[in-house]
Amino acid sequence: MKKVFSRPRSLKSTPFHYCAGCGHSIIHRVICEVIDELGIRGITIGVPPAGCAVVAYNYFDVDMLEAPHGRGCAVATGIKRTLPDRVVFSYQGDGDLAAIGTAETFHAANRGENITVIFINNAVYGMTGGQMAPTTLLGQASTTSPPGRNAILDGHPIRMSEILSNLEGTAYIERVAVNSAQNILRAKKAVKKAFQCQIDGAGFNMIEVLSQCPTNWKMNAVDACRWVDEVMSKTFPIGVIKDTVKGRKDAD
Amino acid sequence: MSDKILIAGNWAIGEAAIRAGCRFYAGYPITPQNELTEYMAENMRRAQGGTFIQAESEIAAVNMVLGASSAGARAMTSSSSPGISLKQEGISALAADELPAVIVNMMRGGPGLGNILPSQGDYFQATRGGGHGDYRTLVLAPASVQELADLTMDAFDLADKYRNPVMILGDGMTGQMMEPVEFGKPRPRRYNEKYILKGAGDGKSKFVRALILDALRMEEHNWKLVRKYRVIEQNEVRFETYKTGNARLIIIAYGIAARIAKGAINRLRDSGMKVGLIRPITLWPFPAQIIRDTAERIDRFLVFEMSTGQMIDDVKLALEGRGHVSFYGRPGGVVPTPAELAKAIIQEYRRVLA
Repeated sequence: MKKVFSRPRSLKSTPFHYCAGCGHSIIHRVICEVIDELGIRGITIGVPPAGCAVVAYNYFDVDMLEAPHGRGCAVATGIKRTLPDRVVFSYQGDGDLAAIGTAETFHAANRGENITVIFINNAVYGMTGGQMAPTTLLGQASTTSPPGRNAILDGHPIRMSEILSNLEGTAYIERVAVNSAQNILRAKKAVKKAFQCQIDGAGFNMIEVLSQCPTNWKMNAVDACRWVDEVMSKTFPIGVIKDTVKGRKDAD
Repeated sequence: MSDKILIAGNWAIGEAAIRAGCRFYAGYPITPQNELTEYMAENMRRAQGGTFIQAESEIAAVNMVLGASSAGARAMTSSSSPGISLKQEGISALAADELPAVIVNMMRGGPGLGNILPSQGDYFQATRGGGHGDYRTLVLAPASVQELADLTMDAFDLADKYRNPVMILGDGMTGQMMEPVEFGKPRPRRYNEKYILKGAGDGKSKFVRALILDALRMEEHNWKLVRKYRVIEQNEVRFETYKTGNARLIIIAYGIAARIAKGAINRLRDSGMKVGLIRPITLWPFPAQIIRDTAERIDRFLVFEMSTGQMIDDVKLALEGRGHVSFYGRPGGVVPTPAELAKAIIQEYRRVLA
């Protein structure tokens, strides 16, 4: 019988610890499928963050170095500059990338470090139990913005992809989601393009993934997927935000 | 022909590091160590495969070093006191991950921003790990530009040997003063390939991490590190003794303070006072045994530091109640002259030995 679906080679057989309905496991799989398809498992080094994906090295079957909280882009810079012919990616959440690690992210992007950043935006601090993230939406309740995020007291949600796209060092930035089969396929295309971008030496590239967090959003998985479309993507619109890669036009 | 050259301390560290095979340097400007960052900017990119990055912060710099070290580069960062405080996150991570790196601290006056003058107020921070968690860094305390060069080369070997961060603890003066230096021959690097992350190839993937959620496994890792630290304590203690043979009072001082102490001792010896010096070269591991052994013959010690008194704690721990310990200190960036220190020593000498 013909095998039509199986676990990617780059994904370990360890069962995911993520909550039911969480986007992380989907994104892990998408990245691993891309690594397999590009044939780069043996030359890829990943940098997992502090946060829900802190034990990503239990799932990714590629070499990995865990970064201290927020420092993914600095750690990835050190690896990539030392081994320029390897494929280096960091995997970071919104608190990691857009709060404690803003400086590292911003300056790696500005230097045009030739790395790929997978930025998981779920609008909340997941692992620590649902605190307000830099990406938490206005009016969204969290354990540290109990009545809902208030612009005057708590500031506004940060659109890192748009901010970084203004830096000359960035080559390709796209925002995707993993809340439907269609969006997952688009996300995979974007992730693949990002890795290819790095292989071609184009410079800093980042894929922001809107990722559902049913546990901390206090929704069931179906409602969480719907919320990404109906609410979250209004603040964080899906699509290509910057693309300087010539001759590699995105399908969308 | 000797290749002795006149060179400032901060440059000597940079040159020694490059000669020792350092191929990754990330730093952030801070006085009084900017000459080192500038030297690396000028020379690192000329070295085969050398990388220099002016980082956006001390935190970024040390985390770049973390990445470079895991990828197999001999890596270094440098700063001065306030910047070293920022680097502690990364130093703790390096120790936890068992990755080699060299960190240079050219100490200045503190706490807080303090000033930019030579000081020794970071002894506690350096010798107790400095960051969070149960760990140690090897700490080397050079007292001359020649020693800065020699210890820089040794620091890379020690970092590799024990897969642990090594700190060079100098001060604003050792970094800026110029002295003749002859660079030693670097030893070939001995570092097992199996610790380097370079992509799994066709084989099994590896990971390096500091997060260990299970208490028993975390404890096991803690004890494993401690066993390594015990070996370091047995093998790597370094110190110098100076005119201790017939001494009745022993000065204990490190780094630039020990240079000042030697000047003071020479004056006092000329006027017949029997004073000697023990100079710790490794601050961790601390040369406790030589101090204990010396206390069998001599029971008067004077600790001199350019701080309010930090190493004196280690001296007292070494002595375990033996002998009498007094202290003379000038914190805040004040550098006493040998004559000033000699006066303080005379007072103590007369008080207890007259």
